[in-house]
Amino acid sequence: MTITLPALRSCAGLVLGGLLLAGCSGPKTLYQWESYQPQVYNYLKGDAKEEQVIALERDLEKIKAKNGAVPPGYHAQLGLLYSSLGKDDQMIQQLRTEKALFPESAAYMDFLMSNASKGARQ
Amino acid sequence: MIKRLTQLLVGACVLALFSGCAERKTIDYSAYKQSRPKSILILPPLNNSPDVKATYSMLSQTTYPLAEAGYYVMPVALVDETFRQNGLTTPADIHQLPTTKLHEIFGADAGLYVTVSDYGTRYMVLSSATIVTASAKLVDLKTGTTLWTGSATASSQENQQNQGGIIGMLISAAVNQIISSVQDDAGYPIAGMTSARLLTPYADGGILYGPRSPKYGTD
Repeated sequence: MTITLPALRSCAGLVLGGLLLAGCSGPKTLYQWESYQPQVYNYLKGDAKEEQVIALERDLEKIKAKNGAVPPGYHAQLGLLYSSLGKDDQMIQQLRTEKALFPESAAYMDFLMSNASKGARQ
Repeated sequence: MIKRLTQLLVGACVLALFSGCAERKTIDYSAYKQSRPKSILILPPLNNSPDVKATYSMLSQTTYPLAEAGYYVMPVALVDETFRQNGLTTPADIHQLPTTKLHEIFGADAGLYVTVSDYGTRYMVLSSATIVTASAKLVDLKTGTTLWTGSATASSQENQQNQGGIIGMLISAAVNQIISSVQDDAGYPIAGMTSARLLTPYADGGILYGPRSPKYGTD
């Protein structure tokens, strides 16, 4: 078995090139998160909801501006905040958006929306 | 000379292969692969640490790695609210609910049961360290079958320079996005590191990639 020097050279070149490319492409995230998780923590801790709405609305604009993907749960969280501020129409709109972006959420979003409409009728 | 180099290279390759074999653990993924969960319901974590903040801190940090792994994650605060409205306020009670009932209400394929065993800052002679340790169990909500279990720990004392690859990237991203916004809880950014380490897919021991990841089905 013999391997020529040029073959070895081109082989080394390929390996080096591959390493360089791997470095360039870098790992990318599926979603543009902004402050979603810290805002969820603020909600769970019972912090002021008006500020959370402002932050999430502002971040949604940032995501749209960069043409990024909205993380799962983001619109539902906004819906929850609107609901607790008495803005039920906006809540329904957000839950519908969550369901449209993530059909996996359909059963739960439908459950929440039917609860909301029952609440409104009483 | 060239021949000798080739022999050396081949030898190195064989060694590399063996070292790969030695570290391989046998993890049974057959139930996980058969279940093919698309969506995950994260239940409020059980807290065995003395710090009451642990449950909500960990709960709010768990969506990121699972969603980035390719799963739909049920909106955690809304889920918590649904439990509360039904009189379920403690993680211990929630963890006892029948899985079929959870599947019926939330429509999620799998449930993630997290237990936090350590959450807080330890003060030592020369320095202090904030440590968060958690374990998790992924359960098929239709059948109640356990699909995966794992545990992870993270400390403020770790040298993050050593973190390579996707997990390191996720950990530093998780820390960076948080540090500016939450300062009153030293455990919160560390919980983000713990959850990233616990729930980012890795070969032989980690969770598998979900359907929304381009790497779905490659593991």
